Amino acid sequence: MTTGYYVLLFLGGVLPLAIMAYLLGQRRALAQEAEGSKLHSQPNFYGWYAFVWMILPPIVLSVLCSLLHVFHLLTVPAPMLVVACLAVAAGGLIAGLRTIQPGLRARNRVEDVIRWLLFTAAVISIMTTIGIVLSILFEAIRFYKMVGVWEFITGTQWAPDAAFLAGAGRTGEEGAQAAFGSVPIFAGTFMITFIAMCVAVPVGLFSAIYMSEYASPKVRGMAKPVLEILAGIPTVVYGFFAAITVSPLVVRAAEAAGLEADYTNALSPGLVMGVMIIPFISSLSDDVINSLPHSMREGSYALGTTQSETIKKVLLPAAMPGIVSAFLLGVSRALGETMIVVMAAGLRPNLTWNPLEGMTTVTVRIVDALTGDLAFDSAETLSAFGLGLALLLVTLTLNLISTIVIRRFKQQYEL
Amino acid sequence: MSEEQQREARMHKRYRREKRFRIYCITALTLACLFLLFFLADIISKGYSAFWQAQVRVEVSYTEQSQEIPLAAVDAEMRSIVSRSWFRTLPQRISQDPELLGQTQTKWIVAKGDVDQYLKDKPNSLKQKERTIVDRLQAEGRTRLVFNTYFFTNGDSKMPEIAGIKSAVIGSIYVLLVTMACSFPIGVLTAIYLEEYAPDNWLTRTIEVNINNLAAIPSILYGLLGLAIFINTFGVPRSSAMAGGLTLGLMSLPVIIISARAAIKAVPDSIREAAFGVGASRWQVVWHHVLPLSMPGILTGSIIALAQAMGETAPLLIVGMMAFIPDAPGGVTDAATVLPAQIYTWSSAALRSYESRTAAAIIVLLAVLILLNATAVFLRKRYERRW
Repeated sequence: MTTGYYVLLFLGGVLPLAIMAYLLGQRRALAQEAEGSKLHSQPNFYGWYAFVWMILPPIVLSVLCSLLHVFHLLTVPAPMLVVACLAVAAGGLIAGLRTIQPGLRARNRVEDVIRWLLFTAAVISIMTTIGIVLSILFEAIRFYKMVGVWEFITGTQWAPDAAFLAGAGRTGEEGAQAAFGSVPIFAGTFMITFIAMCVAVPVGLFSAIYMSEYASPKVRGMAKPVLEILAGIPTVVYGFFAAITVSPLVVRAAEAAGLEADYTNALSPGLVMGVMIIPFISSLSDDVINSLPHSMREGSYALGTTQSETIKKVLLPAAMPGIVSAFLLGVSRALGETMIVVMAAGLRPNLTWNPLEGMTTVTVRIVDALTGDLAFDSAETLSAFGLGLALLLVTLTLNLISTIVIRRFKQQYEL
Repeated sequence: MSEEQQREARMHKRYRREKRFRIYCITALTLACLFLLFFLADIISKGYSAFWQAQVRVEVSYTEQSQEIPLAAVDAEMRSIVSRSWFRTLPQRISQDPELLGQTQTKWIVAKGDVDQYLKDKPNSLKQKERTIVDRLQAEGRTRLVFNTYFFTNGDSKMPEIAGIKSAVIGSIYVLLVTMACSFPIGVLTAIYLEEYAPDNWLTRTIEVNINNLAAIPSILYGLLGLAIFINTFGVPRSSAMAGGLTLGLMSLPVIIISARAAIKAVPDSIREAAFGVGASRWQVVWHHVLPLSMPGILTGSIIALAQAMGETAPLLIVGMMAFIPDAPGGVTDAATVLPAQIYTWSSAALRSYESRTAAAIIVLLAVLILLNATAVFLRKRYERRW
């Protein structure tokens, strides 16, 4: 019998009980009203009151037991747990029904429970962040203990395969020592991000300017969906496009120019990633430019400037904080982008300035380390968490700066 | 030059600059549109041919011998033309239908992947001898291209001619069910709390900042979370729809919260005040008035979140959902794969015949995504109320 079976059994036992609790609670309240006493709340609240009394004890019990199980303190056999849950549910129901009196403020009680339920839901989002940070942090610390933070930050060699050999007890056979220097990986990441931003910023910004300042409503109505479609294309599709279509084109173009390019060059994922980021830049900049007060434009036009002069000298400087924050969000998006680089960029860590050579990125190495067949506590697998921590820190910082910048901007224009 | 002329020249220059700037802007927008056109044309031209499949007309003799050595059922020269998958299931078909024994039939049978590629003028690894056979068959009218039903009714396969997306589609459905089951209720409840209940204190502000931060965390880090917490700590089976769905659920949570908050905020306060005025409690106000009025907006946001989750691949690779899954998963704890992960595995397959299948799977994925987004837009247009 599987866990799923017991869950079904649990639900199958609790659900009828819950419906029964609701009906019993309601009936009891109605019966008391029929006797002539005045109810504080609507009868259905008494039903919900009984329902809550019934449903909470088994939920608390099962959560407690599963926590104990997860932390390997105590494992309650599943059949026993189901029976115990149903028993406390029945107990809770009886206790709840007994407390139903005409003077009971059932509505307020139920509302309190709802409030706690909502609060719990809101806290889950915080738990997610804590979960991400902790899960990455703990494994990353294990990795840094093995490798050393300084070596990780400054090393220029990334050769995790040797760690695998060492794990297999074949140290020194090839004379190879595992190396986890992250510089070439970050170099590749920043190179591809740089190429992407070179595409995304001009195209995205000029599109935004055109749409907010020049375009007629009709053109705007047509161009906006195009950009939204670009934003909605899954990254795996962009990755396929970069690997199968753009890469060969880049190689052929390089050959025509007398240069040599790898099929896993950094240029093609960079270009395609740039296209992916265009909509982020354009929609955020568009919002910011649109939100500037009209008096600004009118004042500038009254001085006799042309439209482009107004844009360049008045609107863009005013909107600069928003544009900067859009840029930062774009960068953090590019740093964390995975599928395009996994499919189109190389696996080989390579420290070079030449975008036509294959380079690898943080996300590629994370995927590569975690999709192999290695044991979970090998240095190579843990290196994924070391890299993940770095990625998390960088994106969070970028996001924080962009939030602060945009808040300043909004305060300035009282938005 | 007179002052008049100088001013004229300056004006001229300024207008030229204006024009140039305008051209830059138009070029940028056109570039984006052109890229989209080029991209769609490229994918469709690569993928449409996979919706058709080559068949060859072959004389099949069902004999005792062919039951043991399936290759013997057809002419020697046809053996390298017909798909191996057909041979593999031959003994099974004979034992299911014993009357076939001793008969000789002429049938249309699925051709090998390379023959399929050759007939579509695509790169293939057919030998010269096989090419002449196929050419002859074509001249005799014994080859045809029919609609590729296998693509929709089969799971993944090592033989491209019978590989399909069925198991990936079913895996996707399971994953999205789990995703929505955990992120929709939690997201909406959180949004209600933040908009209707939360006092303005540091905890609320932390939650708000935190949700915005979550939306900006790269999706691959959610994969690390899923691996470390769901799989390693809670013991959810690796590669299962459960692990993938929970991970994606956390990922789409901020999207749902943000859009649900916007929808709830759009309901005017006068409605709340009127309800309070007739003695409704806070929850009654929310449940009877605010939620029904904001539901279209909430649903629109959720559909968009669903579409995003559907196209997401990176975190699913980390939790192991890129396994080779020939049969559709039977439940949320079975090993499964999803459509984007299938696209990824096919795109890295060595055989060229997979390329068009990858593009075809992309066309299916994009069609579903466009449908979802169109539904969201329709909902917004149809039910949006301006107060």
